Amino acid sequence: MAAIADTPVLYVRTAPAEQLLPPPASSGLIGWLRANLFSSFGNTVLTLACAALILWAVPPLLRFLFIDAVWSGPDREVCLASPAHPEPGACWAFVRVWLSYFIYGFYPIPARWRVDVFFAALAFGIGWLAWLSAPRRDLGAVYVFIVLPVLSVVLLYGFPAIGLPAVPTNLWGGVLVTIVVATVGIVASLPIGILLALGRRSELPAVRWLAIGFIEFVRGVPLITVLFMASVMLPLFVPQQIEPDKLLRALIGVALFASAYMAEVVRGGLAAVPRGQYEAARALALTYWPMMGLVILPQALRVTLPNIVNTFIGLFKDTTLVFVIGIFDFLRTIEAARGDPKWATPVTATTGYAFAALFYFVFCYGMSRYARSVEARLSRSDRR
Amino acid sequence: MAMQTPDDFAARNSSAEIAVEVAGLHKWYGEFHVLRDINLAVARGERIVICGPSGGGKSTLLRCVNRLEDWQRGRVVVDGIELTDDPKQILAVRRNVGMVFQQFNLFPHLTVLENCTLAPIWVRRMPKKQAEELAMRFLARVKIPEQAHKYPARLSGGQQQRVAIARALCMNPNIMLFDEPTSALDPEMVKEVLDTMVGLAADGITMLVVTHEMGFARQVADRVIFMADGQIIEINAPKQFFESPQHERTRLFLQQVLH
Repeated sequence: MAAIADTPVLYVRTAPAEQLLPPPASSGLIGWLRANLFSSFGNTVLTLACAALILWAVPPLLRFLFIDAVWSGPDREVCLASPAHPEPGACWAFVRVWLSYFIYGFYPIPARWRVDVFFAALAFGIGWLAWLSAPRRDLGAVYVFIVLPVLSVVLLYGFPAIGLPAVPTNLWGGVLVTIVVATVGIVASLPIGILLALGRRSELPAVRWLAIGFIEFVRGVPLITVLFMASVMLPLFVPQQIEPDKLLRALIGVALFASAYMAEVVRGGLAAVPRGQYEAARALALTYWPMMGLVILPQALRVTLPNIVNTFIGLFKDTTLVFVIGIFDFLRTIEAARGDPKWATPVTATTGYAFAALFYFVFCYGMSRYARSVEARLSRSDRR
Repeated sequence: MAMQTPDDFAARNSSAEIAVEVAGLHKWYGEFHVLRDINLAVARGERIVICGPSGGGKSTLLRCVNRLEDWQRGRVVVDGIELTDDPKQILAVRRNVGMVFQQFNLFPHLTVLENCTLAPIWVRRMPKKQAEELAMRFLARVKIPEQAHKYPARLSGGQQQRVAIARALCMNPNIMLFDEPTSALDPEMVKEVLDTMVGLAADGITMLVVTHEMGFARQVADRVIFMADGQIIEINAPKQFFESPQHERTRLFLQQVLH
């Protein structure tokens, strides 16, 4: 007690405190290592285990994909093991030779520029909508949801009246089909899903039951079944003359399937909008559609954007299932090409699948990164 | 209801002068009888303060006036328009009745200005420019024109509530409903909102205010209504209401809120 009383205690500083540098162990590289990799015994074990895993897996992968890979050549001979080349890596020469087939399928070569224009038009539309501070995004939406579909049909399917000969869809294939199926699924599933979600929350029993019935039925059935039904059962119900195109049937199946999932995602977003927002909109004499369109949905879709993109990613990968009804999507074209006897080597299939994995990864990771950046941006501007 | 005072004020006025008329109103939430035979007439330009213990049906009654709440029996006539199930009637009433909520309920994805112009543009079909001028006028009136281009999340609670008042005023309503407008505010922001409301009252707009701010009631109200257990227990001029309440319930309540 006496010691404490004897110590002079100064509560008020007499000179200003200088700004000091942080101690070296808590900043810089060493600080980062300590905080992130070696903060505890468990973390240290995990760090070492991960390092071992990386050392074990990555060098052989790099060796296969790049160092030992064969980049060009006329046929299988270049990719076979030889005294000069005892352990052959990826046979990229195979991919190079078959690349145009992977992209266009059997689309006629003189008309392939139409596919390129379609890709460019699509990329332009996606960029317009995805760039959140782009000018006139309302026009962008009109372009993507109205102009682009019409333009795409004219370009891809052809319109003989203006000098674009028809290209039947059984010639379409590869990346083209994958992109068409995914885009149609994505572009159609969002509006249909929103309508279904609104229907599910409707006060009109008939609308609500229809929406619930559709959503629960489609969600209770695998996509393969939906595709088979669209492909095999639909023709039984419609007259033979108007039997829809096989690709169109797959598109409808995928779009309906994705819509049901999208409806549930949007419903979650709608539930996250507070009741007070509905009440404020109603008190201002807004009717149902302006209330939903101007007040509720903009908020609901913002909350649920990461989930919407997640559904898109799932849908993008699900498009590979259209091969079951005989449509040559990107993965199916690789499957077909790897059977080419001219390129029959032990590494052909591995190379093809590695290429497919790379393709799907680039698209899905891109969507995922985009969703993350939008999320970060919204949480910055929307602090409540 | 034997306990209810005769509605003298309304009786003195012809029916054209009645802004809100509630007759024999009953409402149940499931089994719970939340409004029990409410009868009330509010004259045009009258300022009514409704107070009472929570759960007494004050807010529910207020929300019946613009049909945010449904009821099972009785009638409500606003501005000569009877509120029925007809959506046209309901919209006609809502166009002329502004409402301010306890939780502000501003639209967080729209700027302050867009919050104010939304209904004039989409309900009144006003050109955007004209709606913005109107909104700026009312924002100036609630003393926050400089915040027009910010999002509500950037504003303090008091500022948000003043925006909510401006938003309601942009529809040029004949009647304003306030549902505990200061209950969610930090103490230092209550005054700025009350001052705005006092300013409105001076303009002669019809006001129905559910609040616990007894000072506001004393200063502004033409009549004070005390509600408990879903019933109107007492209606009185503020002076009599605070100095010589007629009912034991009212006395008890006032003792508790006035300390």
